[in-house]
Amino acid sequence: MADISSPTTKVVDAPRRQRGQIMLFVTTQPMGSAGLIVIMIMMIAGIFAESVAPHDPVTMNYMAMLAPPTLEHPFGTDAYGRDVLSRIIYGARTALVIGLVSSFLGSSVGALIGVASAYFGGKTDMAIQRLIDILLSFPIIILAMVMVAILGRNLWLGIDINLVLAIAIPIIPKVARVTRSAALSIRELPYIDAARTAGFSHARIVLRHMLPNVMAPYLILLTAFIAQAILLEASLSFLGLGVTEPTPAWGLMLSGNNADFYREAPWLVLFPGLAISLAVFAFNLFGDSLRDFLDPKFKA
Amino acid sequence: MTIDSQNLYRAETGPLVEQSEPLLSVENLNVEFVTSRGTLRAVEGVSYKVWPGEIVALVGESGCGKSVSSLAIMGLLPKPAGRVTAGRILFEGQNLLDLSDAQMREHRGRDVSMIFQEPMTSLNPVLTIGVQIMEPLLTHLNMTVQEARGRALELLRLVGITDPERRLNQYPHQFSGGMRQRVMIAIGLSCNPKLIIADEPTTALDVTIQAQILELMRDLSRQLNIALIIITHNLGIVARYADRVNVMYAGRQIEQARAGALFGRPLHPYTLSLLSSVPRLDQRRDHKLATIEGSPPNLLDPPLGCRFAPRCPFRIQQCNEEPPLVEVEPGCRSACWRSRELLRGDLALKPQPAIPDHDAAEEVDVAPHIVVRNLHKHFKVSSGGFLRSATSLVRAVDGVSFEIGPGETLGLVGESGCGKSTVGRILLGLEEPTEGDILFNGAPLPLGSRRSARDARRAIQVIFQDPYASLNPRMTIGQIIAEPLLVYRLEPNRAAAAARVTELLRHVGLFDYMSERYPHELSGGQRQRAGIARALAMQPDVIVCDEPVSALDVSIQGQIINLLEDLQQRLGLTYLFVAHDLAVVRHISTRVAVMYLGRIVEVAKRDELYANPQHPYTRALLDAAPIPDPAIEKSRKPRALTGELPSPLNQVPGCVFHTRCPLASAACREVVPELRELSPGHRAACIKV
Repeated sequence: MADISSPTTKVVDAPRRQRGQIMLFVTTQPMGSAGLIVIMIMMIAGIFAESVAPHDPVTMNYMAMLAPPTLEHPFGTDAYGRDVLSRIIYGARTALVIGLVSSFLGSSVGALIGVASAYFGGKTDMAIQRLIDILLSFPIIILAMVMVAILGRNLWLGIDINLVLAIAIPIIPKVARVTRSAALSIRELPYIDAARTAGFSHARIVLRHMLPNVMAPYLILLTAFIAQAILLEASLSFLGLGVTEPTPAWGLMLSGNNADFYREAPWLVLFPGLAISLAVFAFNLFGDSLRDFLDPKFKA
Repeated sequence: MTIDSQNLYRAETGPLVEQSEPLLSVENLNVEFVTSRGTLRAVEGVSYKVWPGEIVALVGESGCGKSVSSLAIMGLLPKPAGRVTAGRILFEGQNLLDLSDAQMREHRGRDVSMIFQEPMTSLNPVLTIGVQIMEPLLTHLNMTVQEARGRALELLRLVGITDPERRLNQYPHQFSGGMRQRVMIAIGLSCNPKLIIADEPTTALDVTIQAQILELMRDLSRQLNIALIIITHNLGIVARYADRVNVMYAGRQIEQARAGALFGRPLHPYTLSLLSSVPRLDQRRDHKLATIEGSPPNLLDPPLGCRFAPRCPFRIQQCNEEPPLVEVEPGCRSACWRSRELLRGDLALKPQPAIPDHDAAEEVDVAPHIVVRNLHKHFKVSSGGFLRSATSLVRAVDGVSFEIGPGETLGLVGESGCGKSTVGRILLGLEEPTEGDILFNGAPLPLGSRRSARDARRAIQVIFQDPYASLNPRMTIGQIIAEPLLVYRLEPNRAAAAARVTELLRHVGLFDYMSERYPHELSGGQRQRAGIARALAMQPDVIVCDEPVSALDVSIQGQIINLLEDLQQRLGLTYLFVAHDLAVVRHISTRVAVMYLGRIVEVAKRDELYANPQHPYTRALLDAAPIPDPAIEKSRKPRALTGELPSPLNQVPGCVFHTRCPLASAACREVVPELRELSPGHRAACIKV
């Protein structure tokens, strides 16, 4: 997302600008920095899960089934006696990779399609929008199921690429719709006319002059869909199409037989739910701040 | 105001003012806004009085506090950011600032009403006009629906809307801009207010409609004895309609006088400079426009002393202290240490350098740079329909032909919707003509957006109206100007491009460091200069200027016009200058073409057209445009043009102007008049001349 706004024709070399960027972000966007820290913690926990997690996430322990939170198991254990904290830590991998990657992929492709559709207008716009209508008419879960069914499995570095695609594709039409409406008003602005008068190529006008100006809705949608992607992944997992047991995944932990025990063992759903909420909240904070930070108008 | 000046004032305006008690008295008003960047003192120490039935103008550039001070009267300051920190607003002796919110609501709309600038957005689109006119009657005057309806009909008739019974049930989108402003006036009048505040009431309207609306407001004010506060930046309107004038600059009131006195002998250097920097409709162009250098101060961090001092040609040591607003002669107050010298006529602005009158010199026959032949542009508009949408044809440009010689400026004037911008856009390749062709240096200009066409069109560049929207907000000024240089390899490398950017910035009067700024960090005038630099980066021969100064403040307008003239001389540019402001066009153009409903109705050399207009539409336009001089305004005939632009959806048979033309006869309804040569270079499309 950062490279969309970073200028490709930088006349004035300003290393000063780049060097101080992170410091500037931290000082001007305290809330966003807090979100960023939470995201970083989750990422580190996920990457170094082997050394961070107190227990193995898949080892069953029939001595401690549905054990309430104790010092030994701070978040309690599930119906198979697996440590919930460890499963959450390992689950950060799937959640972040699938949530972030699929949302980023879907939103970016969607934004590009939406902006191009608005820019070219006429028959192109008509065709793209009708296609989007068709995609939107399917419930998101059905669409994702169809995608998984068509694409099958394709593991790459331990991540199911096709699962990422299956979650990303239903996001595309939604983002395309929203960014198209934002881009429609931008297309009428004189600076787009000026770029056309200068005879710039369509690709340059779309990528350089229009896309950066739909950054605000794009970032809001991007962060909002991270949450949806995590939940969609859970739903697919529940249907046996996504991540499967016993792989630790936040969505999976909220569904299946864990949900049946929520009266007796509320920690089973409470902590994975909190993890999802915290991740979504952190991404939203970060996204909002990033939007402000990337907008030249917000800089003093 | 002292007793003398009141008497004098009364003597001047005759029977108008009999009461000695002012209706409204604003005393030492101070308004502040709390912003994230500090406290902005938008209005400081403003005092003025308004008597019943008179028209008072508040004049100043954008951001000078003229609107804010009137919002304070209405109690409509945006809360919690804006607040009145000192002063009193006495309306019939009662301080409005002491009223509670509920009392203030009662007062608004009943005693004082307000008319806003934008008639397109100040009416609610989902309610009928009738509901919106009747609403204040029902709430403030407790009328029954029946009574309110009767009153609404009466009001619509009063503001000159025909067929009010039918109109009452229509929605705002069924009204034209001028008609909506009439409806706004009707709503404003509904509860018999004693005071109407009109904030730029005609800025969004065309000249002929503007004249109609202002005449209407003045007549109503005289007839119903309603006081009117007109807030405007247009000095012509002030000269034509105002009895008294308050000039504001950077949050302060700097001059207060009767209109005649103000225009005759301004007592503040700002007023003096402002008056001389406005291009005049009634004067030949022989000098460059006087300009006020620099731009108004930032009110978050205003300079000490006189706010105008940094831009003032007469500044002296004493200007570091704040000058009080003092009475210089009876009825005239000025906040300037040297106002007495101005009164004696000891101070005068430096005369501007003369510009050589090049239409006398250039009678040599040169091949025209651009030839436009029989240009048509028709838009299909779908007008409702459920399954089969009925399409109708809008003839935006309907057979336009003209030529522009090298180094010449052709002014293209007309009201909104006349197709003048479409002609410019076709020339730029932004629209494809339905018919007709354009020759550029003798060769046909390729159409469409193919690469070859785009390359050929690089020689034609553009300057847009809105300096806020014409620069990509996500790019720095340097990136914007350098983009074409790099895309087309006009410069070998980045360093050379950066050097060229610096050169271009200096060309247009900007500073080197501005290349790293984003557009929002520049003022309106600076942005417009950056837009000009972007156009120049392509090394064009022709620049289409689409209303390049109409969004700028008066003092900035002059700077940009002078810059365009300088660049033309230095670089030998050819301009197509599209504008609605006849005075600006007179100043900059060599020849002028007047458009009406997609056709050119008259073309002539600049001075010939203004001195000797032939087509009745040209005459009406010239009559409607106010001139900033009350003496001339008083001697001019009342404006004759009535009616509105016919809807572009209905094709007018015969002469397009016959529906509004005072000379129209049966023949005009049948024959489409051709452009005929009346004298060398002067052509008009009218069978009556």
